[in-house]
Amino acid sequence: MVGIVVVSHSQKIAEGAVELAKQMAPEAKIAAAGGMEDGSIGTDVSKILAGIEAVQQGDGVVILVDLGSAVMSSEMAIEMLEDSSQVKIIDAPIVEGTIFGSVEASIGSSFEEVIEVLAGAKAYKKF
Amino acid sequence: MATKAEVLDFIRVYADKMAEHRQELTDFDQAIGDGDHGINMSRGFKAVIEKLPTVEDKNIDDILKAVGMTLVSTVGGASGPLYGTAFMKAGAAVKGKEELSDQDVILAFDEAVGGIQFRGKAVQGEKTILDSMIPAIDAIKASIAAGKSMTDALVDAEAAAWDGVEYTKTIIATKGRASYLGERSIGHQDPGATSMAYAFQAAKEVALKAGN
Repeated sequence: MVGIVVVSHSQKIAEGAVELAKQMAPEAKIAAAGGMEDGSIGTDVSKILAGIEAVQQGDGVVILVDLGSAVMSSEMAIEMLEDSSQVKIIDAPIVEGTIFGSVEASIGSSFEEVIEVLAGAKAYKKF
Repeated sequence: MATKAEVLDFIRVYADKMAEHRQELTDFDQAIGDGDHGINMSRGFKAVIEKLPTVEDKNIDDILKAVGMTLVSTVGGASGPLYGTAFMKAGAAVKGKEELSDQDVILAFDEAVGGIQFRGKAVQGEKTILDSMIPAIDAIKASIAAGKSMTDALVDAEAAAWDGVEYTKTIIATKGRASYLGERSIGHQDPGATSMAYAFQAAKEVALKAGN
């Protein structure tokens, strides 16, 4: 199953997005990598790296980010992986992306299919 | 030239400066950013100082890499990956060295600034770290080429870095949180350029103390 990592400056946002997605896709492999080790605001490369490793099952991992250093820290975490070929940061809204991605991944879609759905999450109209 | 003791001293002096200027950097960041630069940098370098005893017996490259790794996991803001990449790239540039020649120092700075440009996808003139760092490195190169000592070159570098900080007051931010402010960012100095200028100040002070 494709894994999902949620990277936010806020631990609560990352955990909240995961909680929401789990409600719809309880079996999805999602990791929250928000905030710093002590819970303060920020992004932490080691936490992201641990998140990727926790959900990587060989089918790929997509990373949802909020903004700023979330992107740079995720890029650094990917560079530190031995095999980064199937790990990708996705430019999508973090909450919607986490939900759409988790549902798609949990029905067994491929890495490419999950990425395609997430591209749609950016254009998704709420009303 | 720079010995390993001087590299370690530079890290300690710079960490002290980040603690000392914590509020000032945060105030600059509050004006145009998210107001955490001083807090983040002092937190990151406090962690570096705690880490340092475990790596100070190693080669210069391992020490610099350890500094970078610590920063990317403890700073929290964009300056974490940026400064972290700079230290890691500088380390990789001087692999296996116990002592740095002037050319090694220049190479380490070049790799560090290249790393920041790559990571931040930025160029000079966008109100960032680069606006003090690039002029400072150019000053080192010009001074060494003119036959000056590294200590004198670092004196010139610090002056160029502060000129760069002044220049950031005149330009619009197009990178990072400050870019949301557009023209309102004019008149404010960039906190990242400022923290970088303190790095050259720290390097100068260490060189003067060592008397090379």
